Amino acid sequence: MNRNAKHPRLTRALCILVAVLILGGALAVFDRILMPKYITTSREGSLTEEYYAAVAETNHDVLFIGDCEVYESFVPATLWEEYGISSYVRGGAQQLVWHSYYLLEDALRYETPKAVVYNVLALKYGTPQKEGYNRLNLDGMAWSASKVDAIRASMTEEESFVSYVFPLLRYHGRWDELTAEDFRYAFGGKPAETDSGYLMQTAVVPPDADADQPISPLADPTLPATAMAYLDKMEALCRERGIELILIKAPTDSWGYHWYDEWDEQIVDYAEAHGLTYYNLIPKSDEIGLDMTTDTYDKGVHLNASGAEKLSRYFGAILQERHEIPDRRGDNLFATVWARRVDSYYQRKDDMMKGNS
Amino acid sequence: MSFTTLTFVLFAALTVLVYYLVPARAQWVVLLAASGLFYAAAGGWYLPFILLTIASTYTVARLISRHAARDEAYLAEHRAEMTKEARKEYKAAGKAKRFVLLVVGLAFNFGMLGVLKYTGFTLESINGMLSLFGAGKLPVPALILPLGISFYVFRSTAYIIDVYRGKTEAATNVAKYALFVSFFPAVTQGPISRYADLAPQLCAPHKAEWGNLSVGFVRVLWGYFKKLVIADTVMVAVRTIVSAPDRYEGMYVFLLIVLYSAAIYGDFTGGIDVTIGYARMLGLTVQENFKHPFSSRNTAEYWNRWHITMGSWFTDYVFYPLSICRPMQKFSKWSRAHLGRAVGMRMPVYFATLVTWFLTGLWHGASWNFIVWGLLNGVVILASRECEPLYARFHKRFPKLGGTSGYGYFCAVRTFFLMGSIRILDCYRNVPVTAKAFGSIFWRFDTWRELFDGRALTELELSVPAWIVVGCAVIAVFFVSRAGKKSSVADRLVHRPVLWTAACSALVLVILLFGSYGIGFDAGDFIYGQF
Repeated sequence: MNRNAKHPRLTRALCILVAVLILGGALAVFDRILMPKYITTSREGSLTEEYYAAVAETNHDVLFIGDCEVYESFVPATLWEEYGISSYVRGGAQQLVWHSYYLLEDALRYETPKAVVYNVLALKYGTPQKEGYNRLNLDGMAWSASKVDAIRASMTEEESFVSYVFPLLRYHGRWDELTAEDFRYAFGGKPAETDSGYLMQTAVVPPDADADQPISPLADPTLPATAMAYLDKMEALCRERGIELILIKAPTDSWGYHWYDEWDEQIVDYAEAHGLTYYNLIPKSDEIGLDMTTDTYDKGVHLNASGAEKLSRYFGAILQERHEIPDRRGDNLFATVWARRVDSYYQRKDDMMKGNS
Repeated sequence: MSFTTLTFVLFAALTVLVYYLVPARAQWVVLLAASGLFYAAAGGWYLPFILLTIASTYTVARLISRHAARDEAYLAEHRAEMTKEARKEYKAAGKAKRFVLLVVGLAFNFGMLGVLKYTGFTLESINGMLSLFGAGKLPVPALILPLGISFYVFRSTAYIIDVYRGKTEAATNVAKYALFVSFFPAVTQGPISRYADLAPQLCAPHKAEWGNLSVGFVRVLWGYFKKLVIADTVMVAVRTIVSAPDRYEGMYVFLLIVLYSAAIYGDFTGGIDVTIGYARMLGLTVQENFKHPFSSRNTAEYWNRWHITMGSWFTDYVFYPLSICRPMQKFSKWSRAHLGRAVGMRMPVYFATLVTWFLTGLWHGASWNFIVWGLLNGVVILASRECEPLYARFHKRFPKLGGTSGYGYFCAVRTFFLMGSIRILDCYRNVPVTAKAFGSIFWRFDTWRELFDGRALTELELSVPAWIVVGCAVIAVFFVSRAGKKSSVADRLVHRPVLWTAACSALVLVILLFGSYGIGFDAGDFIYGQF
């Protein structure tokens, strides 16, 4: 093409159109390649997206939502094996209450569980914390009005909405650290990193004997109004959809993530005022059978698989006895899917135990 | 609203769109509104200062112009009844009045610039001296530095001087004048355009033409490429070297000279490309500020090619007036009488050169580093001038050498390293640290090993692929710059739609993939924006 072209305007328009198409295609491909795959590192980033494949297979009667204290504490495979409860953990790394609310709203587009179990630790945060955690929670979320609202509620000052729409704008800096994994899983086919949302950890790292530090008093013990407003929304959403909302505090209480009595009192009052059940499982550790010399992988901050199985056995009984969650083991559709999930859980557990030994 | 943010890109695109959608007579209003928005977005507290500059320089220029017109009318009316002497006297009296107005305008604006930009530096320097005598410290107030103040004060003071000199007509519409001072693509980092060049264009109607839009667009992309792919990436390594002057000595300082030159070239010229490109998309031709500076054979040539509008401002409004002012003439006469003709003739030029470079350094930043940087430039220029007879003798002896391209490259490389060596004063925290670092090039020979075994590059916080990308980008800039020596590459591309489209697509892709922007990058604002 040169300056003597007969139809310069047409030529220009065609060139621009072709360029836009090629550029758009190239950017879409790079977008997929540069997006973190959350397999070898930051496995928590896989939590949100794996839900969609799971819910396409079967529905869940119980949905656990919340931060690391749910995806490291509840094992759906154990709940199924012991009680026939079909459940899924829709947790996320530092999943703040607005993340939880919108992830629940998103999940309710696909299914209506009988109970939603929410871990209350994140209610201590009233403002977005870290961009990295937003990404871990929201990158894998399917596009919907809930995702748009979730992003808007979660963004830190440094973030922009457009970088969620075009992740390339956020992850372009990964170009010099790409691995074979990024290309292999750019267009799907990623292996599951979780077992129905439970992110397995099998190491045993008990707390140091002298690790306890004095718990500093709270300057302002009131749980942030923003966080409580989202809890209100969550409660209203569940009520509207006929779902029982159960509040829990997972049974970990390290000095770094201490659950204060003042917070607990507020949750107790809230639950009472709204007719909800609240279980603070911290004082129930002995009843659950937890032994922090064997049941934690990070000095008591989170439970390992052994601790999570114990807690799941304990809490599964509560769910069935007090909240009438049905036993689905007699239902072939559920049984087939869960048989595979349970196998997969034990396979992963074996592999990880071998890796640890 | 930094040029490197998506917000600015969208803002500029929207401005271009609205600019061509409104009736031609309202186009300048769109630009004024956009400039006002752009400036207000930087911070509400900055607005009063630019408004004061606009109001004061507009008023001073109007008064000067009115006085001049009145004097002229009076002289025309009374020409017959006035003697030549009386006319001369009347003219001188009028000029003196206008001079007073000019001085008031200059004093107000330079005073504002001086107080806001140099109070902290002055007080800290005084405190430094007081501490030598064990005296107490003066409090240093934290004053705001309005965005682009160095640029808009220079632009508007040049305007009133030109009006005073009768070179430019005074503006008659304060809003149109405000647009000249605050024109958003140029307000933060120049170029320091002259009123006569830019103002008429700003207020003239412009049609949306493919030529302007396409040339401007590719120029903007080229600017972002230089800034985001080269400058901000290389700055990572620069910052690493500068942050630990005791660790990174010798070869690393030599590397710093090269890297900082590349970074600052990408930053400055990239920023100006963005400015000129946006202006071109609006149908405006803004003066070039850089013309292949690294091909300069000597320092004088370098300064004719680097930040041209700043250089010409200092030449026109400091160097020449200082060289020919009455006290300087007296000083010249005195020097010739007491120091001999050869030295006496040089003294005014030397003095004016050093004062000009002192002020140039001061303009760049309120720190001793910049003052020493400016003075060193002045000294190097004067030394080159003194060496001219030596060069002449050398070329007389080797007449063929001067014309060879090899010698040309040698001169360019020599100038590059000379200017680069002075330029590292921008980087280190003070003059002694800079001097020590520079000196280490000549005694820390052991560090050179780290360059040759490859450790040096990977130590500087950039991965090997990043170095490769930067290297390729620098090579691309070199070849494009060379290809554009005779006529602009962007202008040539416009006639070749396929090439233009390919170039734009490639630039967009490379900038998006390899550019230093967004979270995880410490993409700085344009360096000139901080002056």
